[in-house]
Amino acid sequence: MMSNKIKHHLTDDLLMAYAAGTLPEAFDLMVATHLTLCDHCRARAESFDAVGGCVLQEQDAAVSMNDGSLAATMAMIAQGAPVAKPVRPGCSVLPTPLQDYVGGDVNDIKWRSIGMGVKQAILPTTHEATARLLFIPAGAAVPDHSHNGMELTMVLQGAFSDEVDHFARGDVEIADEDLHHTPTADISEDCICLAVTDAPLKFNKLMPRLFQPFLRI
Amino acid sequence: MVMFTESDTARLDEPVADGPVVRPLRVKRRIKGRPVNHANGSCETRTEWVGHVARIRDAQDQAAFAELFQHFAPRVKAFLIKSGSDAAMAEECAQEVMATLWHKAHLFDPTRATVATWVFTIARNKRIDVLRRQRRPEPEDLGWGPEAEPDQHDVMALQQETAQLRDALTALPEAQRELIEKAYFGDLSHREIASQTGLPLGTIKSRIRLALDRLRHAMN
Repeated sequence: MMSNKIKHHLTDDLLMAYAAGTLPEAFDLMVATHLTLCDHCRARAESFDAVGGCVLQEQDAAVSMNDGSLAATMAMIAQGAPVAKPVRPGCSVLPTPLQDYVGGDVNDIKWRSIGMGVKQAILPTTHEATARLLFIPAGAAVPDHSHNGMELTMVLQGAFSDEVDHFARGDVEIADEDLHHTPTADISEDCICLAVTDAPLKFNKLMPRLFQPFLRI
Repeated sequence: MVMFTESDTARLDEPVADGPVVRPLRVKRRIKGRPVNHANGSCETRTEWVGHVARIRDAQDQAAFAELFQHFAPRVKAFLIKSGSDAAMAEECAQEVMATLWHKAHLFDPTRATVATWVFTIARNKRIDVLRRQRRPEPEDLGWGPEAEPDQHDVMALQQETAQLRDALTALPEAQRELIEKAYFGDLSHREIASQTGLPLGTIKSRIRLALDRLRHAMN
């Protein structure tokens, strides 16, 4: 599952915010999915966890637990561990965190066509940001668009190219207001991506703009 | 509590084993040496909390748990209050965090995190769950390989590097340190978090990366 060929990584800002626990759920999902594939970023993320550990250690002892707190905790422990949800092993396309949101593997994704062969599946997260899976047929392009906010796109299967670079499995493209791009899937294989946005996309041609209400992005 | 750090203790014991040749140097160093542990008496450089978690994992040791509880539960509670929780909710959550520590003791990897770091991640996830009412996607767990016990040298090195990180954090200018703390209390959105923490994270990152490589190797 892990890949050593990843060229495009997450930023320190995102990894620190993930460690601090302040990202919208959709962005957490992106980070967790990338970390499953990328030990380079996992090590960076865990070093930001270590900063959190230091902050916790620095908490002064002025706050104390209530009387009987330890006994109450021991009673809680005696009731047994909460039932752990079964761990999905991860398939060749969907890493474990995504399987939890799809409710299965790549065959269980509930695709909806958004035209020109492109399909998407919106994943159930909180509404501060949107996470969706995108299916781009081999050789096809996603309409030219720019962004109001931040958009992260990570390749899960196949690869795509745009004005910036070539992106393969595990690579993350980070796009902001300044980037107008037309991602085009490699001809060799259909491309599946995880895309996360914290604001709606702006399409730059009339036709795709009409699609936007259906896209819900 | 104990006033010596691990290295102080080792220095006191060593002359017996090593013979007199190096003794003068050691004496000199002891006189000049400044205490490694922090003013508030905590012992980050010691690895004793690691042993506590192992005793819970291996023997359901309630005495070890009580000591961990005494140290960490008030800190978790203080952390949650600073993160916007009221005292009653913070108390309840701190208890749940400590109960999680008990149940998940077998998952703790001391070559990748100190006990404090691990407790922080449990407390953070509890905050996301309870205060933000949000799911927390986590990366796929990396299970232990066939060799269950981690190398003590690796454990010690990670603990020491985390202690250095903590020293660096406390040595930061007040305003900068407060910004980092606010980020971890959830007071800054991801847009406001600046990546320039001013903290030396390179060493600890490399250490964790090595530990991940060993885990991958053991899994294959």
